[in-house]
Amino acid sequence: MEFWTAFYAISFYFATFILLFGLGYKVYQYAITPAPLKIPTTPAPLTTGGVVIRLLSEVVFFRSLFRSNKWIWLFAMIFHLALWIVLIRHLRYFMDPVWTLVVLAQPFGKYGSFLMLFGLLGLLMRRMFVTRICYISAPSDYLMLFLLLTIGISGVLISFVTRTDIVQFKAFILSLLCFDFNWQTMPTDAMLLVHLSAVILLMIVFPFSKLLHAPGIFFSPTRNQVDNPREKRHVAPWAVKEFETSPASTTTTSE
Amino acid sequence: MAKTKFDTPEFRPYPTVPVLKPGVMKGNGPFVAKPDMQEALGFPGELIDDWHDVAIEKMGDLLKKYRSLRVFLDSCVKCGACTDKCHYMIGTNDPKNMPVARQDLLRQVYRRHFTLAGKLFPKLVGAKDLTKDVLDDWYNYFHQCSQCRRCSVFCPYGIDTAEISMAAREILDTVGLGQKYCNEIIPKIYKIGNNLGLPKPALANTLEGLEEDIKDETGLDIRMPLDVEGADILLITPSADFFAEPHIDGLIGYAKVFHQAGASWTLSSYASEAANFGMFIGSYENMRKVSQRIRKAAIDLKVKRIIFGECGHAWRVAYSFLNTLAGPFDFLDTRYPVPQHICEYTYDLIQKGVIKLDKSANDHRRLTFHDSCNVARGTRMGDKPGGQFDIPREVIKACCNYYYDMEPDTIKDQTYCCGGGGGLLTDDLIEIRVKGALPRMEALKQVVDDHGVTHMAAICAICKTQFAKVLPYYGFEMDTVISIHQLVGDAIVLTTEVKTPG
Repeated sequence: MEFWTAFYAISFYFATFILLFGLGYKVYQYAITPAPLKIPTTPAPLTTGGVVIRLLSEVVFFRSLFRSNKWIWLFAMIFHLALWIVLIRHLRYFMDPVWTLVVLAQPFGKYGSFLMLFGLLGLLMRRMFVTRICYISAPSDYLMLFLLLTIGISGVLISFVTRTDIVQFKAFILSLLCFDFNWQTMPTDAMLLVHLSAVILLMIVFPFSKLLHAPGIFFSPTRNQVDNPREKRHVAPWAVKEFETSPASTTTTSE
Repeated sequence: MAKTKFDTPEFRPYPTVPVLKPGVMKGNGPFVAKPDMQEALGFPGELIDDWHDVAIEKMGDLLKKYRSLRVFLDSCVKCGACTDKCHYMIGTNDPKNMPVARQDLLRQVYRRHFTLAGKLFPKLVGAKDLTKDVLDDWYNYFHQCSQCRRCSVFCPYGIDTAEISMAAREILDTVGLGQKYCNEIIPKIYKIGNNLGLPKPALANTLEGLEEDIKDETGLDIRMPLDVEGADILLITPSADFFAEPHIDGLIGYAKVFHQAGASWTLSSYASEAANFGMFIGSYENMRKVSQRIRKAAIDLKVKRIIFGECGHAWRVAYSFLNTLAGPFDFLDTRYPVPQHICEYTYDLIQKGVIKLDKSANDHRRLTFHDSCNVARGTRMGDKPGGQFDIPREVIKACCNYYYDMEPDTIKDQTYCCGGGGGLLTDDLIEIRVKGALPRMEALKQVVDDHGVTHMAAICAICKTQFAKVLPYYGFEMDTVISIHQLVGDAIVLTTEVKTPG
């Protein structure tokens, strides 16, 4: 009993550390790597405000994907939307008292998990049976879907079938957040252990995998650049160093 | 090298999902650059012994210099959105011509050497060592990409295969494996001033000949000035405009427009080239060096404005990069954008009523317009997003009575490349050029059948040369492709008394 509590507590700390620092490092790496030329895919916005709208349309509505392929868009949209609702619902285990928004999300989150599974299965079917997508898939692409399916299915089972002592579980999580290493005992139902293990694994692989598409989109030069190259120079620091001896000729540096 | 016999793809009755034919375009790629050409650009003459280590080191260097490369190599989720978007994929069905698979040729090595997952579990994440086979695949398949960016329109993360193929080509150059066509042309600019290697006397001769031709046709003294110090406008145009068909009629069109506007303009023999193949080989340094020549010409000739002629990738380098690579241009007249496109200039004159066009002069033609990929997805014209689609169309419509757009998913930012861009416009790549033209030819066929279209206007020297070559493979006349400024030149009402410039 005590072993599992300690094991999962430490694993959670470890996974959170990897997720935050791994992701933080990648974001830092993207941020310090210059974009030496203006390469927005045009037509592109002429102002920063326009770029914000463009990025939002990509992040919230998957605009480019919609133009590209309605089936992938549908499954991806269902999965991501449901994932957000489910994540918001899960916030209830991390706070006391629970925010109204999270309370309201509760029923949607519980049933949203089915939608999430539906989206994931749709994506899996495409990956398996559309020959073009099958061709470009590595084992890790399937494993990522299986990992997410494992999280989803075990979560649904805990919610609707096997159940667990959720009050005790919340006490465990809240005790983790105190950082006083005086952990409440964690319930050890098999399905809960599966669910948590998969989540921990997902957190750990996040910064080392294609899940980097999440921060990546915000740094994508074809989407986040303002279309103003005739008005503003855009010289990267390395280009100045290598080629431009006169600092007067550099009016702006790359974003 | 290139196969001499191949089948031109059949028109598809309706857009079908491409069936994969693995390896069908596997080959040795285009002719390899000779040692002296390589060395002229500062690259090793031939494949160096320690190519593996140098290639990996170069990749690491580029990853630090280009955010695009880093983010694009990390972000792909293999969703498949791009897999049916590339014209070379559609024309060949070779799966390695799917944009994501093309990127993966580089990404597999990136993962192996630059990511923890690829170092620990290469098989699991599709990471691969850089073997000679992989290097050969790079050379072959990164020269089956015209850097047209159509895939970047459809990617949910905006991953642009052009950026990947530019990086790959730069790595290949660095290990001594350059492409003959591009690397032969760039030194000609440094030595002579243009891609053709047309020296000043020959250029002057050509322009004089053209002036005489125009005189015969119009009876007017329409000039084609060269190296005129103190002219207002410096025209930078692709050197193909000086001799190739149908390009040359476009050049005549520019001259007529300048004449009628009463503009003082000049060409430069030092910067007698708009094209900048430095972009195709992904070389910032070479792209900058070519761009600097335009700056120098503008300073030496003491001009006030720079205008670019019809050339797709040249307009991308000009619009998007020139200010960065060779700016600031604060010594020019600040009332005008630097640089301007000839279509922006002509459109403006039409709007102001400075030039008059007789549409009926083009009544024997029924037009459609091919958006050049680099113009469509890498630049702008005018002051509104999408001006690069509207302004050329407005100019065409002002010149003719019959204009019909091709299918919406084949034009504007979804336009298909002509099949010859990105440094592929060489006869040793004729198979991929013909096959890659399939989607554009299909869209053209449709407007020909539905609306009796006779001509397809273009604003790119590469598009014009490519189409003149591949149109016959698909049963069209080679002169179906035409310059926008040929239409303008034919429709423009010329007077001896010209208005003073506005």
